Amino acid sequence: MNSLRKADLKALIAAAVLFAIIYGLLQADVIGAFWELNLVLIGINIILATSLNMINGYTGQFSIGHAGFLAVGAYVGAIMTVKLGFNMVAALLAGTAAAGLLGFLVGLPTLRLNGDYLAIATLGLGEIIRICILNIDYVGGAAGLMGIPRLTSFPLVFWIMVAILFFIKNFKNSAHGRACLAIRENEIAADTMGIDTTKYKVMAFTLGAAFAGTAGVLFSHYFFIAHPASFTFMRSFDILTMVVLGGLGSMTGSVMGAVVLTFISAALADFPQWRMIIYSLTMIILMLYRPQGLFGSKELSLQMFQSLKIGGKKK
Amino acid sequence: MTGTNNTASQHLLDMQNVSIVFGGLRAVSNVNLYIDKGELIGLIGPNGAGKTTAFNMITGVYVPTEGDIYFDGKLVNGKKSYQVTKMGMARTFQNIRLFSELSVIDNVKIAMNMHIRYNLPEAILRVKKYFTQEAEVTKRALDLLKLFHLEQHADDMAKNLPYGAQRRLEIARALATEPKLLLLDEPAAGMNPQETKELMEMIRWIRDNFHIAILLIEHDMGLVMGVCERIYVLEYGFCIASGTPEEIKHNKRVIKAYLGGEAS
Amino acid sequence: MDSGFMHQFVQQLINGVSLGSIYALIALGYTMIYGILKLINFAHGDVYMLGAYIGFFCTSMLKLSFLPSILVAMAGTALAGMIIERVAYRPMRNAPRIAILITAIGVSFFLENAMILFASPQPRTFPAVFTATVYHFGALVINSQQIVILVSAIVLMIALTYIVNYTKIGKAMRAVSFDADAARLMGINIDFVISMTFALGSALAGAGGVLVGIYYNSIEPLMGMVPGIKAFVAAVLGGIGIIPGAMMGGIILGVVEALVSGFLSSTFRDAAAFAILIIILLYKPQGLLGKNVREKV
Repeated sequence: MNSLRKADLKALIAAAVLFAIIYGLLQADVIGAFWELNLVLIGINIILATSLNMINGYTGQFSIGHAGFLAVGAYVGAIMTVKLGFNMVAALLAGTAAAGLLGFLVGLPTLRLNGDYLAIATLGLGEIIRICILNIDYVGGAAGLMGIPRLTSFPLVFWIMVAILFFIKNFKNSAHGRACLAIRENEIAADTMGIDTTKYKVMAFTLGAAFAGTAGVLFSHYFFIAHPASFTFMRSFDILTMVVLGGLGSMTGSVMGAVVLTFISAALADFPQWRMIIYSLTMIILMLYRPQGLFGSKELSLQMFQSLKIGGKKK
Repeated sequence: MTGTNNTASQHLLDMQNVSIVFGGLRAVSNVNLYIDKGELIGLIGPNGAGKTTAFNMITGVYVPTEGDIYFDGKLVNGKKSYQVTKMGMARTFQNIRLFSELSVIDNVKIAMNMHIRYNLPEAILRVKKYFTQEAEVTKRALDLLKLFHLEQHADDMAKNLPYGAQRRLEIARALATEPKLLLLDEPAAGMNPQETKELMEMIRWIRDNFHIAILLIEHDMGLVMGVCERIYVLEYGFCIASGTPEEIKHNKRVIKAYLGGEAS
Repeated sequence: MDSGFMHQFVQQLINGVSLGSIYALIALGYTMIYGILKLINFAHGDVYMLGAYIGFFCTSMLKLSFLPSILVAMAGTALAGMIIERVAYRPMRNAPRIAILITAIGVSFFLENAMILFASPQPRTFPAVFTATVYHFGALVINSQQIVILVSAIVLMIALTYIVNYTKIGKAMRAVSFDADAARLMGINIDFVISMTFALGSALAGAGGVLVGIYYNSIEPLMGMVPGIKAFVAAVLGGIGIIPGAMMGGIILGVVEALVSGFLSSTFRDAAAFAILIIILLYKPQGLLGKNVREKV
């Protein structure tokens, strides 16, 4: 019990150190504007990938409509600040709550479906959300919602990301998280162990959607604009790819997947024609040689490093 | 539907005139079956007699087309599997259904989920209640694993256990839900005679140690005759006989069903 | 007023059926590949795009007429389909299904961006291979492109039905999709059958690409994305893995889209397709022609 708290503390200190280093480099202008933007993007993508991992990786419910919830968060947050004059905290809360509520409402009927059917239904839902936004003149329709103040900063993204990662980690290591894992492993057996499978599926889906909403608020308040074209199913695929690349069911894997893919994408920004080709080939080759993802379903932890060190010393 | 006894049943489990129809096929017809507290009952019959279907109706996987099932005086019909489990029934599966990519201890902990009393915010914020309850669940899970000689495998993945150990884990997991009635679906399937003999002893031990009733499905007559106090025999969905092992052994219809149906 | 509505309705029906028959051609490939590999081949829409470009190349550069162009496009996409299967999917046959799905998405990105690289992202004007004749039936309008599309689609579907039901390879395909392991034990060369399934499915998509080029006169590298997803919707609508289901789903989807854009707004057209999908999935998830299978406990 104490060891668990100690591990949490260690992780928090590690996060603070990482933050101090990056923030210092940003302040000293060692990291320029381009990479600052990509650091923010990495933070947002980490939130998206780990929250999708709650649905796809932990609970085994194949959702590919995450961009829809991202869009809801982006727009609701922007409405709060641009149209209604609220501050960023209110925007974050509203965007998160709206995406979560929508996740709950669509999750309740659709999560009865399984496998590919759920996948294609969530894909459709994501597209319906986008097309509806496209047709609402209040939020700018196809032109997008412009004039959003830049209220997102690197520190804000970083610490919200850390908070969400803690949330997801604690969720996985609770009775609720175990119920979700049980559903992934064998839904019928989970049911006969007294687990209300619908309840937990909807719970994971709602939480995942809510965090995507948080990411959306951060996203639209960094890039000044919320545009329907940013939330197509291609964006959902992008997030899914991060999750699978890192290893489905591994939170640290999702983090790495988000970092690696955002980094590749940014590093290739100077070669626009080749960028997507190299990106897609990386995807194919990684899947061919490591179909379980970089980490499998394992979590990267300090113990793993320690065992590596000990192994190294023995040699 | 006439003649259905609607008064709450005195028995622990009471199936009253239960039938189920799948697209014209009557898989189970007018079956009456009861189990009292602490009894060890067998349900036997040749392959395809409707034993597992009966099981699935009791545990809420299927809803009977006709008739009522009562457990602990409450109607089971239409209840979902997880609700039935919460009423106090637990089961194992003919084809093992473990949470194979999870650790052995997590398999058991999951079955204890419904006794956990912290809510989601408490779990996320890790209040004291979370730690005390988690510690208690872990301890109880380990105790249970010890009883089934699985404690040394607690952190192994369930799929890496040998076959016999997987069967034991499935039973341990079912017991972790703290049932009043344990339903075992062909627990001896795939076991050799020595393992079957040990299993028989284990089943009797579970009943005495946990003070619960057990309903056992088998098509292996020997196993059932050895441990059960009363036996029901199904054939083509009908209950053709019921009684003590001695009575069943000498029942002409049972002999015909077994020797005429499948010579084994 | 009333006859005006009827006229508009029938006109949209005609437009919908011709658009729907293209969806059906793409959906057939989806459904066949899903039936045999249980893979949502996201790259299928891009194979259709490839067909359109090959058709464009044949008609505008080689000055071929319609029939040879569509045949070359079909052959080309068939080959492309077989190569994709051989290179990207076959090594992953035992990998987790989600990994194969990601590979399919990767292949899709690759095809789209390779085409952007080689043919530029600009839309190309598809040459008119037919003198556009417009036929008037009373107040109704049907143009020659629509007739060509409809006739080609029907011919291709009849051919496919014949191949699947009456030829040796068709029987093998059905056997593999029913139970791959049993088929292998019966001496069927699974790899060959899967390869042929990709060839057939891709050829149909390629034909669809040429037809769409003729219909809209314009093609571009990302043209496969949305029709690809919609064709999958059509396949699910009819019952995935079921060949007549894909044809039916495609036509229904085309008609509904035409009616929505005719009577409501064309911007809601895509939403309508997905809304139907979700309604179908919730009430009859196995699709219109599918059978209900439940997991044995």
